[in-house]
Amino acid sequence: MTVPAQSGHATPRPTTQHGGMTAPETPPASIVAGGFHAWYGGHHAIQDLSLSIPRERVTALIGPSGCGKSTFLRWINRMNDMIPGARAEGSLTLDGESLLDSGRDLVELRRRVGMVFQKPNPFPKSVYDNIAFGPRLHRHMTRSELDDLVEQSLRAAAIWSEVKDRLHQSALGLSGGQQQRLCIARAIAVGPEVLLMDEPCSALDPRSTASIEDLIRDLRSQFTIVIVTHNMQQAARVSDQTAFFFEGRLVECGPTDTIFTNPRSKQTEDYVTGRFG
Amino acid sequence: MTGTPRTAASRLLQNRLFLALCLACTSVAVLALAVLLVSVLVQGAPGLRWDFFSEYASRKPERAGILAPLAGSIWVCVTCMLLSLPLGVATAVYLEEFARRSRLNRFIELNVRNLAGVPSIVYGIIGLTAFGRMFGLVGAADGTPVVLGDPESFFHLELPLGQSVLAGGLTLMLVILPIVIIASQEALRAVPRGLRQSSLALGATPWQTTWQVTLPAAAPTILTGAILAMSRAVGEAAPLLVLGIPLFIASTPESLMDPFTVLPFQIYSWASRPQAAFHDLAASGIIVLLAVLLSFNALAIYLRIRLQRSTAP
Repeated sequence: MTVPAQSGHATPRPTTQHGGMTAPETPPASIVAGGFHAWYGGHHAIQDLSLSIPRERVTALIGPSGCGKSTFLRWINRMNDMIPGARAEGSLTLDGESLLDSGRDLVELRRRVGMVFQKPNPFPKSVYDNIAFGPRLHRHMTRSELDDLVEQSLRAAAIWSEVKDRLHQSALGLSGGQQQRLCIARAIAVGPEVLLMDEPCSALDPRSTASIEDLIRDLRSQFTIVIVTHNMQQAARVSDQTAFFFEGRLVECGPTDTIFTNPRSKQTEDYVTGRFG
Repeated sequence: MTGTPRTAASRLLQNRLFLALCLACTSVAVLALAVLLVSVLVQGAPGLRWDFFSEYASRKPERAGILAPLAGSIWVCVTCMLLSLPLGVATAVYLEEFARRSRLNRFIELNVRNLAGVPSIVYGIIGLTAFGRMFGLVGAADGTPVVLGDPESFFHLELPLGQSVLAGGLTLMLVILPIVIIASQEALRAVPRGLRQSSLALGATPWQTTWQVTLPAAAPTILTGAILAMSRAVGEAAPLLVLGIPLFIASTPESLMDPFTVLPFQIYSWASRPQAAFHDLAASGIIVLLAVLLSFNALAIYLRIRLQRSTAP
């Protein structure tokens, strides 16, 4: 499935020169961390992380709770700025631009880097207003432009057919799985390049989880997706690359097949086969 | 397992006893209220004729009406609400959404909570000094006020504020501001963190997040708290007594600078007279006060339902 051409959208996502049939095996990195450290107060949450996240691929971050994977995710769109005592050092770049500058325009960054949270959290507004919220923040749009964008975003998140007759009813009336896909549509609507997903299925039932995973596979051709998950099977099913974190360090990162079938590290093997964690 | 087993019968008995106790406690409160309401209704209902609402106070009980205090109560409460709601909500937004958890801010919060418990007569004294007399800094020595603007128009100021509607509204604002702030803080705190995070993650500024997500989500609860505070303001007599508002007044306010009187004050004055006819008037006045209170509550419920309808599933 593809997103229809985003007409009426003033800043379309930059199309990459290596899209389509001629895509190389490993596309250039979109997000690169080098010698990256993060702290919460005195707690050294991430130690000396070096990791490349390729463009338009799905990267899964796995590891036991408290291993730093969510912390890393939340540094990519600087959500950690809200947490007192959170700080980071080293290098973290998106398309070569540093993400850690204190003067960085967070509004612009978060337009380029969308985020989906663990719990589906639609605004207590209508379905339409949920999707239109982001675009309205960033630009003036006519009613018809906005209508088009809302439809495109809902179609891209594979939820259009379920909500097209109730666009102006409250989003809180949707099921948990629908709400989560609505949140993905809401994130897509601002035209990001990167989608961060923080355990997006952990509050959902298996059927809704399956629909979200289908959606992630659909979206991988257009977005750089980074997903944190506690579900090994999910990581194996949806991701191209998997990074295993343990106690604030990156233990191993590689193609998902390799990590799950032939990991280099004994620790990784124990974790992905369920022997610990 | 060790110990002797507890029989189901003894636990059931305990359960029933506790239920009976709870029921007894509830009925004490409900019965007291019922007795009060019935006696007031019996005594006061016959007095609720049309001229009771259209007449001013009088020395003759059969000619006395409640027009001035009824109008005064509504004027002063609306003024009070228009002043305290924006101030209170803004304070709560600052404390909850923007203030860092510093020692100073914790001190401010603690003080707001303490202020909610201060007897209202104390606020009356502050109101008299700060608004009624303005510390004696404004106006001529003989008490003639400084007039700003055209005295004939609605928009004019007389400083010091004296016993005007504005002075009363400001004084009552002092009384209910802590309640409005606390209620708004609780309402904001009840908004899920996820909503704020989602909004910020979409590129909204903290201000856009507060204005477009957090406040609308908290609005129904804030409104409920505000109306409870307003009910308190309608029932207050003490701070206005200190402010020195007149008891007999043969006009209704037409601007914020006009004198006024309020329902609780009128009821108190009638009830403290020796003649039985005035006691009946007091009962009628209580019915009117209750009606005003209930209609404020009804308005709040209506507004809350309307606000929630746009957001609820």
